[in-house]
Amino acid sequence: MVQIPRWKIIFILIVCVFGAAYSAPNVLGPGARDWVAQTLPGWAPSQTVNLGLDLQGGSHILLEVDVSSVLKERADDLVSSARPELRSARIGYKRIGRIENGMRVTLRDVAQAEEARRILREIDPNLDILTSDGGIIEARFNDAALEELQTQTINQSIEIVRRRVDETGTNEPVIQRQGDDRILVQLPGVDDPERIKELLGKTAKLGFHLVNMDVGSNLRAGGGNLVLPMLEDPAQTLALERRAMITGDMLVHAAFAPDQNGQPAVSFRLNSVGAKRFCDVSRESVGRLFAIVLDAQIISAPVIREAICGGSGQISGSFSVKEANDLALLLRAGALPAPLKILEERSVGPSLGADSVEAGKMAALIGLVLVLMYMMINYSLFGVFASIAMVVNLTLIFAILSGLQATLTLPGIAGIVLTVGMSVDANVLIFERIREEIAKGKSAIASVDSGFKMALGTIIDSNLTTLIASIILFSFGTGPIKGFAVTLGIGIVTSFFTALMVTRLLAVLWLKNKKGGELPV
Amino acid sequence: MKGLRLIPQETNINFIGHRYFAYALSLTVIIGSLFLVFTKGLNFGIDFTGGTLIEIQVEEAPELSELRGRLNDLGLGEISLQEFGSPNDVLIRLPQQEGGPEEQSAAIETVRTSLNEKFGEGIEYRRTEFVGPQVGEELKTQAMYAVLFSLLGILIYIWFRFEWQFGVAAIIAVAHDVIGTLGLFALTGMTFDLSSVAAILMIAGYSINDTVVIFDRIRETLRKFKKKALPDILNRAINDTLARTIVTGLTTLLALIALWLFGGEVIRGFVDALIFGIIIGTHSSIFVAAPLLLYMNLRRSGNTEKETAPAS
Repeated sequence: MVQIPRWKIIFILIVCVFGAAYSAPNVLGPGARDWVAQTLPGWAPSQTVNLGLDLQGGSHILLEVDVSSVLKERADDLVSSARPELRSARIGYKRIGRIENGMRVTLRDVAQAEEARRILREIDPNLDILTSDGGIIEARFNDAALEELQTQTINQSIEIVRRRVDETGTNEPVIQRQGDDRILVQLPGVDDPERIKELLGKTAKLGFHLVNMDVGSNLRAGGGNLVLPMLEDPAQTLALERRAMITGDMLVHAAFAPDQNGQPAVSFRLNSVGAKRFCDVSRESVGRLFAIVLDAQIISAPVIREAICGGSGQISGSFSVKEANDLALLLRAGALPAPLKILEERSVGPSLGADSVEAGKMAALIGLVLVLMYMMINYSLFGVFASIAMVVNLTLIFAILSGLQATLTLPGIAGIVLTVGMSVDANVLIFERIREEIAKGKSAIASVDSGFKMALGTIIDSNLTTLIASIILFSFGTGPIKGFAVTLGIGIVTSFFTALMVTRLLAVLWLKNKKGGELPV
Repeated sequence: MKGLRLIPQETNINFIGHRYFAYALSLTVIIGSLFLVFTKGLNFGIDFTGGTLIEIQVEEAPELSELRGRLNDLGLGEISLQEFGSPNDVLIRLPQQEGGPEEQSAAIETVRTSLNEKFGEGIEYRRTEFVGPQVGEELKTQAMYAVLFSLLGILIYIWFRFEWQFGVAAIIAVAHDVIGTLGLFALTGMTFDLSSVAAILMIAGYSINDTVVIFDRIRETLRKFKKKALPDILNRAINDTLARTIVTGLTTLLALIALWLFGGEVIRGFVDALIFGIIIGTHSSIFVAAPLLLYMNLRRSGNTEKETAPAS
């Protein structure tokens, strides 16, 4: 009865060896780890526990992509392409304008509705078109188009965010989509994300627009005019042609370079399309002003003195060195399709992270020593068995954390310390049962045997309830809740193994070698 | 060599006989907690309210009232300051600013500028957390779902493994502990944030665990002594598992005390709640969950009941 099959012993030993191997990199210094990674074959475990940002220091930023602004733009585009098309088809309308997710046009002649619908469908096949009485046609982007637009906008935004973050030289940033319209940015080692936030806060939409001189002082928005403020003095505005001659996506290169006066400026180079366009437009517009517009603000508005055909140029304003550098970076990385909004930010300095790691280690170690001492005093030699099982348990927890590359956070450390306290429960249940059996007058071997057997049901019940809780916490929880659930869940599984298998193996081995006598429990 | 016996092998304490004292205590705790939660309310952290939190460490311990005056003169609303672990560490909480994220960032910058002016080089920003109102609302909902679903999951399991009477008694005991812990948060004004939710769930888990161990033994004892009166059976089961209840409670408390002493200021509130929870959870298993079975009309015959795996 008090026998453990050989295969089980081998299984236990294999698990222990794997646990030791996978948790070992965590105790080795970085030098020894490199040695292991280089000398041993590739399958040898060399990964350490992945520390959360709260432990290694860093920034967590949750951004929201304003997809609705892209939608508005698209609707505006639709209106401006519909206008000339309708006009050239001689379809008269009383009113035309943007509505949510599309446009609305009120026709003068109801009989032309069918023709108007055809024209709209030609402009964009992905429209749901609705005609109602009085010649009102409403055209909205259909669901597939909206979804496509959303996905495209988010993916593009992620790409641009990644380029901008990479330009700052951050190590191993994590940038990923979250939910429908959010981007999660994790920046290990960055404790003051002000610069990155500044960089992400700009759409960086660049455009060169000709200035409409003839409008003069009578500045009025609408029609083909775009009235924008100057960056330096927002009270001053200029009327620009709505259509940009050059847009940011025509840039192939941008870099910081001082201008001829030694002031910080940004030099750029255009692609062939842009270069030709710039050349043609500037040749026709010598003597006019053109405005360099960034995010709806005019940086500067120089005069076109001659045709500019080299395909390169310089943007100068009254920049500081940093501003010029950032502008160059933004232009290199490209424009965001939509503005980003910061929903959440959590930054931890490296010193607090290191302090937390130290505190966690200390607490875990002292908690472990206290619990083990108590177990040994309370249960004598069997307490020693339980202690060995506990050490194996901790090794396994770290092995699994390292192997799965799960993230260890501060609440996670709390979860481990708590596991140390709670996971002895299984052994306590068993030992108390053994004591009861001895008190009933059973022999040592019989007591141990039925102690393990009778406690099993209870142990399964109590472990499963906690495991269920931690799995649900992990799936629904966020932040600290999730970090806590990870180690708690792993701890339950490993402690179930160690309390039942390892302790039992030790007890049985001991019983075999020492026949009879009093049980040290 | 035998181990030390903290609890004698054979105890015979009449827990059930003394249950009315325990009821009085539990009722006081529950009513007091509910009263506090509804009148004083919980001190929600920025996780749930939105807002900004800055933790700084300065070389020279600042005069808090002076610093408070300085920051509140910035016109950013009511800024609260709190010593955090040592006189050199200060936790600064900014309320949610009117307007968009730019205003939040600007407010953080304003505070930083003011602090930099005052402390110069001798200041270190340990932590900055900003939670927007939208995210705060979502975190609240998510936390509520997490709590609800995990309690539900546990209850389904109990219902599956035991008769329904045990399930009901277990729910009431867990509710007792959760309400009591919320009461502790309301009473002390400790910040209630995401980690507090984790703490409450942990307490619920521990309490259920403790209750399940006693319930298992009650079921076993019921099968063994078919003729014994129910109060005697409950007493017998509680006494038989008493040593385990105390030992596990103590080891868990030992680990928590280590966390409280050495785990650092950031998780101290979390640990406070857990320590309280272990005590109230142990109390409720013995004095709430088990005695409640007296009123549940347990069926004693055995053969018509849902047959569960025998414990031996």
